[in-house]
Amino acid sequence: MLAPEPVRRRDGRTSLALAGAAILVAGLGLAGWAFTTDVVVTFVRMVLLAAGILLAITGLGRLFRGLLGRKVDVVFWLGMAWLVLVLGAALCAPLLPLGNHDDSVAGLTEPIFARPDLGSSHPFGTNNYGLDVLSRAVYGARTSILVALLAVLIGTVVGGLVGMVSGFVRGTTDRVVGILSNALLAVPPLILLIALGSVLEPSVRSIAFALSLLTIPSMVRLARANTITVAEREFVLAARALGAGRVRLLRREVLPNVVLPVLSLAVVMISVLVVAEASLSFLGIGIEQPEPTWGNMIAEGQSGVMEKHPFIVVVPGVCLFLTVFSFNLLGEKAQKRWDPRSAKL
Amino acid sequence: MARRILLPVLELAAVLLLVSLGVFLLLSLVPGDPAIAVLGEGRTPQEYDALREQLGLNDPLLVRYGDWLGGVLHGDFGTSLVPPQTSVLDRILSALPVSAQLAAMGLVMALLIAIPLAMWSAYHEGGRADRSISAATFGLLSMPSFLVGLLLIAVLVNTLDLFPRNEWVRLGDGIGGNLQHAFLPALTIALMEAAMFTRILRNDLVTTLHEDFILAARARGMSPLRIMVSDALRPSSFSLVTVLGLSIGRLVGSTVIVEYLFALPGMGKLVIDAANQGNYPMVQGAVLVIAVIYVGSNALIDRSYGLLDPRTRRARA
Repeated sequence: MLAPEPVRRRDGRTSLALAGAAILVAGLGLAGWAFTTDVVVTFVRMVLLAAGILLAITGLGRLFRGLLGRKVDVVFWLGMAWLVLVLGAALCAPLLPLGNHDDSVAGLTEPIFARPDLGSSHPFGTNNYGLDVLSRAVYGARTSILVALLAVLIGTVVGGLVGMVSGFVRGTTDRVVGILSNALLAVPPLILLIALGSVLEPSVRSIAFALSLLTIPSMVRLARANTITVAEREFVLAARALGAGRVRLLRREVLPNVVLPVLSLAVVMISVLVVAEASLSFLGIGIEQPEPTWGNMIAEGQSGVMEKHPFIVVVPGVCLFLTVFSFNLLGEKAQKRWDPRSAKL
Repeated sequence: MARRILLPVLELAAVLLLVSLGVFLLLSLVPGDPAIAVLGEGRTPQEYDALREQLGLNDPLLVRYGDWLGGVLHGDFGTSLVPPQTSVLDRILSALPVSAQLAAMGLVMALLIAIPLAMWSAYHEGGRADRSISAATFGLLSMPSFLVGLLLIAVLVNTLDLFPRNEWVRLGDGIGGNLQHAFLPALTIALMEAAMFTRILRNDLVTTLHEDFILAARARGMSPLRIMVSDALRPSSFSLVTVLGLSIGRLVGSTVIVEYLFALPGMGKLVIDAANQGNYPMVQGAVLVIAVIYVGSNALIDRSYGLLDPRTRRARA
């Protein structure tokens, strides 16, 4: 009686995998057709493309569930795959066989606004200076992600340390730090960036510095709040009774308990900063042309260019969306695991 | 009592003073000479000196800060360095209503979208509608506002030709035209906020719906809609109000971007143009005004908890 059971389950899984594969192929086919066809208008193509991609993701989910016998968070793993792809491409950009990304003199000999054609030497087309859009997207990833990571690093280290010390020492230090970080929070982020951008020279280093100012106050608050709760626990008291000094207490007892929530906020911050950098470059205040970032590439689509050559906006726009989306997925996972209290979203 | 009221006010004043000092110092670090920026190159040294004297650039930094702050407190923000050389205050006063209208419309539209969506989502907790709404809002949160705006322009203006673009009709010149022109920019602002609000409110509603008093209301035979609106909404809106306060910063940011995108004559365009032209009195004035409004509205929201939840009235007042 019991013997056929595993076989039947195995059977169910095979058919699930087969159905999944079929849906995946159909979805990819629909998306691919919508991507290349000229038969229908752009709007309908966009809808079909989105439907195709959703279908493909559903299919992939079924396929993996069939093959592995358990539920897989396909969207999460696709996001991580995208992050690996983008980070890898950004790291190795100078080694990759990419076209011209910022030499507008050499671009004079190339066709301008060449349409994307996967078989040609410009798979994603060229912009108004004849620069290769794929190559610009890859180098744009390099700048965007470098700036965001640098800013998060500065913000986490400075904000985390200041917050820990202020939460541990309390008293006047704490009050002064509180007023200072409230003053930083008193200017809306983008306005602060614009004000800084009007003063600073638009380079990777200064933009990263400006962005790190955005992360510092919230880092200070989080680190401070966590330090205060940790500092009251018995093991800190025990260490203090054993004669540990302030520095040792902070480093050995408080830091290990504060570092995880701070790190999970840092992951969330990366995507916020990628958006902030892109917004700044889009407004023409961040990194300047011809050096590409996703923000200033999207800005190229303004004043009627987008209507005639949608790919100028679509390529960097999709890169930006997928990257922010993937970092958000990662951040959500990190917060759920390491800092369940603040994972409200 | 005096301590409870006075201390927050003093702290607020300290924060604003620091902000004004920061804004002032920051922009006095601008590389280059503002006198050259105003007059252009190739004038006589006497002309530059006269202008520097007139702008007060020869005084020590703290004296200049004192003069500027004193002027600001009297409503004198200085004059724009870039032609037309009008008073900064006039320019701010003509730009502020545009931004305020956009932000307010955006916020109201966001709530109009978010509240029903969150109710629907929470009522079908874990169901297909809930999961789709959750996925859609998560995706929307990953879209920078300028991408949302470009997408809306591509679909609603260029393809379907529903809305005008790049023009602005002042509220005084006819409310119909004004609303028609403000709708799309406000929708762009609203979509991002709506995604955030929906997620927050849905989570709190789900928690509330598991409470005993909801069960009691259901047992008395009240309809789901009635339960949602009259019983569940108010106790669930606590996080929403907190996030509302936090989201004002993002709201200002997306208003700036939307104004730039749709070329609307608001505060955002004012600041961006001024920043690009090195028009520092304008940047100083605009940033200070925005910061004051921002800090003030956050303080107001902090005080509004008492209205929602009587238990916090004593603790927070």
